Amino acid sequence: MSSLTVHGITKSFAATPVLTGVDLHVPEGSFIALLGPSGCGKTTLLRLIAGFDDPDSGTVVLGERVVAGGGRSVPARRRGIGFVPQEGGLFPHLTVAGNISFGLPRGQRRDGVRVRELLELVGLHAALAERSPHQLSGGQQQRVALARALAPRPSLVLLDEPFSSLDAALREETRVAVSAALTATGATAVLVTHDQAEALSMADQVAVLRGGRLVQLTDPRTLYRRPGDLDVATFVGEAVVLDAKLRGGLASSALGELPYEAAAVAVPDGPARILLRPEQLRLAAPRPDGPTARVRSVDYYGHDSRVWLDLPGGVRVSARLDGADLPAAGDDVSITVRGTALAFPAGATASEPVA
Amino acid sequence: MLHVDSPGPPREQADRGSRASLRGRALRRTPLTLALAVAVAALALLPLGYIAWYTADIGWAGVRELVFRPRVGELLWNTTRLVVGTVACCAVLGLAAAWLVERSSVPARRVWHVLLVAPLAVPAFVNSYAWISLLPGLDTYAGALLVVTLSYFPFVYLPLAAAFRGLDPALEETARGLGLSGWAVFLRVQLPQLRVALLGGSLLVALHLLAEFGALQMLRYPTFTTAIYDQYRATFNGPGATMLAGVLVLLCLVLLVAELRLRGRRGYARTGRGAARPVRPVALGSFTAPVLAGLGALVALALLVPLGSLGYWMLAGAATPLDWAALAGTTGTTLALAAAAAVGTTALALPTGWLAVRARGRLSTLLERSTYLGSAVPGIVVALALVTLSVRATPWLYQTVPVLLAAYAILFLPRAIVTVRSAVEQTTPLYDDVAASLGSGAGDRLRRVTLPLLAPGIGAGAALVFLAVVTELTATLLLAPTGTTTLATAFWSASSALEYGAAAPYAVVMVLLSAPATVLLSSDARRGLTT
Repeated sequence: MSSLTVHGITKSFAATPVLTGVDLHVPEGSFIALLGPSGCGKTTLLRLIAGFDDPDSGTVVLGERVVAGGGRSVPARRRGIGFVPQEGGLFPHLTVAGNISFGLPRGQRRDGVRVRELLELVGLHAALAERSPHQLSGGQQQRVALARALAPRPSLVLLDEPFSSLDAALREETRVAVSAALTATGATAVLVTHDQAEALSMADQVAVLRGGRLVQLTDPRTLYRRPGDLDVATFVGEAVVLDAKLRGGLASSALGELPYEAAAVAVPDGPARILLRPEQLRLAAPRPDGPTARVRSVDYYGHDSRVWLDLPGGVRVSARLDGADLPAAGDDVSITVRGTALAFPAGATASEPVA
Repeated sequence: MLHVDSPGPPREQADRGSRASLRGRALRRTPLTLALAVAVAALALLPLGYIAWYTADIGWAGVRELVFRPRVGELLWNTTRLVVGTVACCAVLGLAAAWLVERSSVPARRVWHVLLVAPLAVPAFVNSYAWISLLPGLDTYAGALLVVTLSYFPFVYLPLAAAFRGLDPALEETARGLGLSGWAVFLRVQLPQLRVALLGGSLLVALHLLAEFGALQMLRYPTFTTAIYDQYRATFNGPGATMLAGVLVLLCLVLLVAELRLRGRRGYARTGRGAARPVRPVALGSFTAPVLAGLGALVALALLVPLGSLGYWMLAGAATPLDWAALAGTTGTTLALAAAAAVGTTALALPTGWLAVRARGRLSTLLERSTYLGSAVPGIVVALALVTLSVRATPWLYQTVPVLLAAYAILFLPRAIVTVRSAVEQTTPLYDDVAASLGSGAGDRLRRVTLPLLAPGIGAGAALVFLAVVTELTATLLLAPTGTTTLATAFWSASSALEYGAAAPYAVVMVLLSAPATVLLSSDARRGLTT
C-alpha cells in the first residue's frame, strides 16, 4: 500500500476544462471519498490517477513514485492500481475464478487458494468460483470486481461509483462488505461517488469536488458540521439557511436570537447568512415569546420524519424529528434551536437551497 | 404536495460526456493498429488505383467513347434494378426470419436457424445452374431476382440474428412498460438498435451483387460484370473492360455514401449492468402454422430446389464414369487455398474493424470504406490489376499463390470486417481499462480479453471468407497458377459446355465443403438461443 498525492492536475476535453488545478493527498492506508455533483470531474480525476488518461499538467505520485506528470506517464498496467468500475465490468467470457485471478502472475492463476481467500475476503461463498458473471446478482458482481482488483495486491484501489447501480438494500449490504474487505487488507482506497451518505459513512476523508476544483478536504464529521461554504453545506446534507443579523455574539434571525460560530472566515457584525441542520430544530406547542411557524407538511420515514414549516416572513424551513409525537399539517408550533448556528458572509448563496 | 430535491443521487451524465473525446486518445494510443489498417486499406485500393491510373492514361476522349453509349445505359438499368430488388427482398426475408428465430415462439428454432444459414453452402452460381437447368425460362429479371435473393438473404439474416441476441431485453421490457405494443417495440426499440446490422448485411448483399458474375452469366442476365468478362474474353482489350469497371466502382461509391449517411455515429455497447438476461420469446399463437409454412417455403426454395437439382444431375450423369483422382486433387487445392485465405483475411480485418468502433472518426471510417470500395471491384478487374502489377513490378510473383490470396483478401475483406466490427460494437472499452489496471499489457490484453470477446465475431468472419473462397469463381479463373484447378473453375468449364452431369460432382463437393463452415456459423449462434 502507498499514499497517493495529486498535485496541480488540470485536464480539458477539447475546449472544455474539466479539472482546474486539483491537489489531493491520500495517506497510506486511508479511505477517501471524492464527492461531487454530476460533471464535477471526479470520474475524470479517477481515470487520470488510474492512467487511462493523461493529465494536461500536474503530477500524480504513488508513494515515492511519480506516475504521471513531469514529462512521464507510467502506463496503467505498470501502476499497480486496482480499479472497480461502476457496473463491475466483469469479463463475460471468464468465470468468477477466472476474473479474480486475471491479474495474478501466470503461475498462481490455476491455484485456487488465492481465489478462495479473496472470495472469503469479500464475503462470498467459495462455491461461486465456477459461476459465470451473468449468474451473479449485481451486489455479488461488485464484490467479485473488488476481489479481482485486490487480487494482485495493488498499492491503491479506485472505486468508480461501485454502488450506484444497486438497489438500496443490496447497496447497504455491499457497502459493508466492501468496507470490511478494504479495512482487512489495509488498502489505500479512493471512492468516487455523488451520494453524500455513502461518502460520509464509508470514508475517513471526504474530498468535495465542484466545477473541476477541490473545494474541501476533511473528515466526514467536520465536513457536515463545518462545511467550507453554503454550497458544500447543502450538498452534503439537508440545510436550513436563513438571513441573519450578527451582533454581540448572537445571530438574530427568523428563528430568534441564536449563538453562532463563524465558518471558514471571520464574519463581521451586521448582515450575514446562517446555517442550521434540520435536526437542530425542536418543535413544541406555540408560546407567545418564541418564534412560531405553521406546519405545511410532514414526510414520515419511520425512523424519523421531516416536518416542513412556514415561518411568518414567508421563509420555509425543514426540521428532522425522531419522536413519535408529530405535529399535523396546519398546526402552529414554536421552534427552539439546539446547538449553534454557522455563520457565513452575507453574500454567500447556496446553489440548490433546500430551505 | 411540496416537492423539493433532496441531496440524493442525481444521474451521472456530464462525467460520461468526457468519453466522447476518448476517440482521439484511442487513435494516438494505437499507432501499430493504425499502421496495419492503413496497409490493409492500401492493399484493398490497389485494383482501384489501377483503374484510376488506366483511366487517366486513356484520357477524357477515350472515356467518353467507351462510357457514353446506349449499351452502358442498358447495363446500368439492369444492374440497378437487380440490386434494389434483391436488397429489399433480402432485408425483409432476413429481418423476418431473424426475428422469428431469435424472438418468437416458433417451434424448433435451432433447426430453423441452421436451415436459414444453410443456403450459404450453395454458391450463387451453383444455385443458378440448379434453377436454369430445370427451368430454362428463368433468364429474365424475375428469375435473376429470385435466384440471387435466395442465395444472398442469409447475409442479412446472420448479422441480424446475432444483433437480436446482443439486444438488452431490459430495453424491450421497459418499452412494453411504457405501453408500447409488440409491433411498436419492434419499430421503436429493436429496429433502431438493429440498424447497424441491417445496413451492414444489406451493404454486403449489394456489394456482392455488384460483383456477382457466375450466377448472372449462367442466367444470361447482362450486368456490368458479365459485360466486362465478355469484353475481356473476346478481345483481351483492357480499356473497354476497365472503363465498364470504372462505372461499376462509381455505383459502389454511391452505395457507400448512402450507407454512410444512413448509419448513425453512435455505438451500441450495452449499457446495462452485468450480463444480459435470457429473453422470453413472443408467443405466436394461432400464427404458428402460417409462420411454419412460410419458413418452410423459404427453405424449400433456397435449399431443397438446388440440392434436388444437383441430385438429379448426379443421377443423370451417372452414365459417364467419375474421375475420382481429379476430383480429389481439385478438392485438396480448394481446401488449402480457402483455409489460407480465411486466416489471412480475418487477420487483416482485425485492425480495421477495431478502429472503426473504438476510434470512430473520419480517418477510421475512411480506412473501413476503403476496404469496401476495394472489394466492390469485380473479381475479374482485381485479377486483371494484380496480373498487370505483378508482371510489371514483381515478375517473380506472377501467377503464384500469394497473388491469388491477395486477390481473395481484397475481394472478401468486408465480410470479415463487418462481422469483426459488429463483435467489437458489442464489447465495451471498459474491459480494456480494467485489464490494464490489472497489469495486463497490450499483447496480453489482446490474447486474454479482446480476442476471446471477439472470438465469435472473428470465427464468423473467417467462416464467411472460407465459404467465399471455396466457391470463388471469377478471380480464380484468371489468377490461379497454370495447372491449378479449383472446384469452382472445374465446375465452370463443365457447365459452360452444358455438361450438367459432369459439373454436378464438383458442385456437390463445393456444397459439402461449405457445409461445415455453415454449421459453424449457425452453431455459434445457437449458443445464444434459449430453449
